Amino acid sequence: MGEVEILSRLQFAITAAFHFIYPPMSIGLGLALIIMEGMYLKTKDKKWEDLTRFWVKIFGIIFAMGVASGIVMEFQFGTNWATYSRFVGDVFGSALAAEGIFAFFLESGFLAILLFGWNKVKPRTHFISTILVTFGAHLSAVWILVANSWQQTPTGYHLVSRQVGDTIVTRAEIVDFWQVVFNPSTIDRVTHTIVGAWITGAFLVLSISAYYILKNKHLEHSKSAIKVGLVVAIIASLLQLITGHSSAVGVAQNQPAKLAAAEGLFETKAYAPLHIFGWVDSKEQKVKYTIAIPGLLSWLVHFDASKPVTGLDKIPPEDRPPVNFVFQSFHIMIFLGIMFILISILGAILWATNKLWNTKWFLWILVFSVVLPHIANQTGWITAEVGRQPWIVYGLLRTSDAISKNLTPGSVWFSLTLFTLIYLLIFVLFLFFLDRKIKQGITEHYTDEVYSQQKIVVEKN
Amino acid sequence: MDLNIIWFILIGVLFAGYAILDGFDLGVGMLHPFVKEDLHRRTFLNAIGPVWDGNEVWLITGGGALFAAFPEVYATVFSGFYIALFLLLVVLVFRAVAIEFRSKRESRRWRNNWDLAFTISSYLIALLLGVAMGNIIIGVPLNQYHEFVGNFWTLISPYTVLTGITTISLFMMHGAIYLVMKTDGELQTKVKNWVNNTIIFFVICYVSTTMVTLIYVPHMTQHFKDYPILFIIPLLNMLAIANIPREIHHQRYGWAFISSCASIAALLALFAIGIFPNIVPSNPNPEYSLTIYNAASSQKTLTIMLIVAIIGVPFVLAYTSAIYWTFRGKVKMEDLNY
Repeated sequence: MGEVEILSRLQFAITAAFHFIYPPMSIGLGLALIIMEGMYLKTKDKKWEDLTRFWVKIFGIIFAMGVASGIVMEFQFGTNWATYSRFVGDVFGSALAAEGIFAFFLESGFLAILLFGWNKVKPRTHFISTILVTFGAHLSAVWILVANSWQQTPTGYHLVSRQVGDTIVTRAEIVDFWQVVFNPSTIDRVTHTIVGAWITGAFLVLSISAYYILKNKHLEHSKSAIKVGLVVAIIASLLQLITGHSSAVGVAQNQPAKLAAAEGLFETKAYAPLHIFGWVDSKEQKVKYTIAIPGLLSWLVHFDASKPVTGLDKIPPEDRPPVNFVFQSFHIMIFLGIMFILISILGAILWATNKLWNTKWFLWILVFSVVLPHIANQTGWITAEVGRQPWIVYGLLRTSDAISKNLTPGSVWFSLTLFTLIYLLIFVLFLFFLDRKIKQGITEHYTDEVYSQQKIVVEKN
Repeated sequence: MDLNIIWFILIGVLFAGYAILDGFDLGVGMLHPFVKEDLHRRTFLNAIGPVWDGNEVWLITGGGALFAAFPEVYATVFSGFYIALFLLLVVLVFRAVAIEFRSKRESRRWRNNWDLAFTISSYLIALLLGVAMGNIIIGVPLNQYHEFVGNFWTLISPYTVLTGITTISLFMMHGAIYLVMKTDGELQTKVKNWVNNTIIFFVICYVSTTMVTLIYVPHMTQHFKDYPILFIIPLLNMLAIANIPREIHHQRYGWAFISSCASIAALLALFAIGIFPNIVPSNPNPEYSLTIYNAASSQKTLTIMLIVAIIGVPFVLAYTSAIYWTFRGKVKMEDLNY
């Protein structure tokens, strides 16, 4: 690997990973906002309005960070991956442009009403704006995942060669747009990523609300918010079992090298085992320090333990991804996925038995578990992207052939250093202001007095 | 008219949309340090508050559309202008962060520092965009594989610096007129005085750029010689600019702003007609130029993208108008969010 390639890959990894802190929170929090504001319009209870206003402010900061870090993403394919851009522009560029036209304008336009329109539009219009911004955020995820999924499982294209200067240059061109959009991995990856975003949003709401309850602040508000968060978390974390399973089965069919790396399967065999954890030694071609359940991988992939799963032995050495890295990321993600189910179910049980608000240790778990979905998101993407290596477009174009030809290591060092520093700076600022917003707390129009009066009315009836 | 020409126009429309919309909020950033009181500065920020973010989406979508329709241009320009593009991205990020965080703390020093970042980045964005346009006008060194063969310093020349400064002056004028619409009282009187100065500054830059272009880049005028009807565009441009002081005088600020928008659109039309059918002219080897044909995606993709645009653009225009309508009128004290 040349220096320019290593640096460019590092730069893409850092900028993409940093950017992906924010969109899942916007998507998930958007869903929570729809529920909160919907409850407000339905019940006219000020408590829900207070909650909506509070979370809209946090949504605003998250959204701004997402936009600021996202601009780089839109241009980076051209800067460092020009050869890739020339190769895929016809296909990949289309999905990116569709994202801009269909999603970005929708999001950024109605965000203005969400943030600043409280006194300018009717409550119902504001609610519709909340729905549209959230819908836009989902749509944006759909289009960018269409683009990325095409890189994983390209379909609906043909390769066309033409003369450029004194050489023949080949590129992919669209044959069937709907096959490009609904390529074999699109549905699995869109659902898996969006449900992951819901979990991320739910745990953000749970964390801050649990913190308030522990600090004995905004009790009524936070209890309501926790209920919203828990309902979303339970549904989403259980749904993730289905989308996750379906994704893995899809990967086994379409990208066998990735699944083999993720599971540390060196040998193609029937009764392929599932490793609960372990450490892959690529030289000795085995998984060490592991507990393996024989046949479970075959059963999960084929619903039949006696059927074989493709191992790395069927993949030429030059086409294999780095095994241990993919294995560890994949296993961390799965472990966290199970944690989300356990935490949400435990929360539901405590809620049902009326112990939730006094179970301090569990509330502390909620406070700190806010980082877990982020780790799951990142490790999931590492599995997907590193697992696709050495290909940038699976089976068609190698990452090493995709780089811009006219870059010098000096310029990439410059951009890499610059952006790492800037992202660190804005991340610190983000945390600082999130912390301040949390400490400032929820502005309560809603007082205990009003609440008890309402209760009296309700009890009398 | 074939698909390639349609897409050349559509990309032009996206970038014109960007220049018209982000142009005024960049201009506001440039004029920001000319008021000293915090309340006035916040009024400026809140004048662009609800819309600046959506305005930038035009640039992002323009980039995406360029990738889809003319991938060779996207690849050549962004990899070739590497350092310049990353500088642009840095200032775009900094500007966004400055607007977002500036008013979140009371500290004088905090606010002054972010104000400085906001202003400098606004100037630099306009300068870099103008320099990029200047380079497209004079052409950049490309090889037969469509790769840029210069470096960062290749892009800097007296002509490109001049187009950069002209862009600054254009956005300053545009921003000043926008601010007249959004302010009232004593602050408005102050801003109104700036409009004339910024017009003078812009006209000086515009005339200089035009003269230098006529002398040194004569190929920009070829289509005007071939189709004299096109002279209507520079004429409309002059009328639009001359109309601005008149509308300001009659206190029809909305019309002044529309005139300013029209002059930006006309300028970009002049630029587009001048370079057509090239998108990135090669200099010194004109035969290596990227044109709307050799840089384009397949006809199939251009058709698909046209359908996407036909479905999407009416929605975009509808909600952009709705948002601007919602936030019309003067900035009010109780609406200070930034």
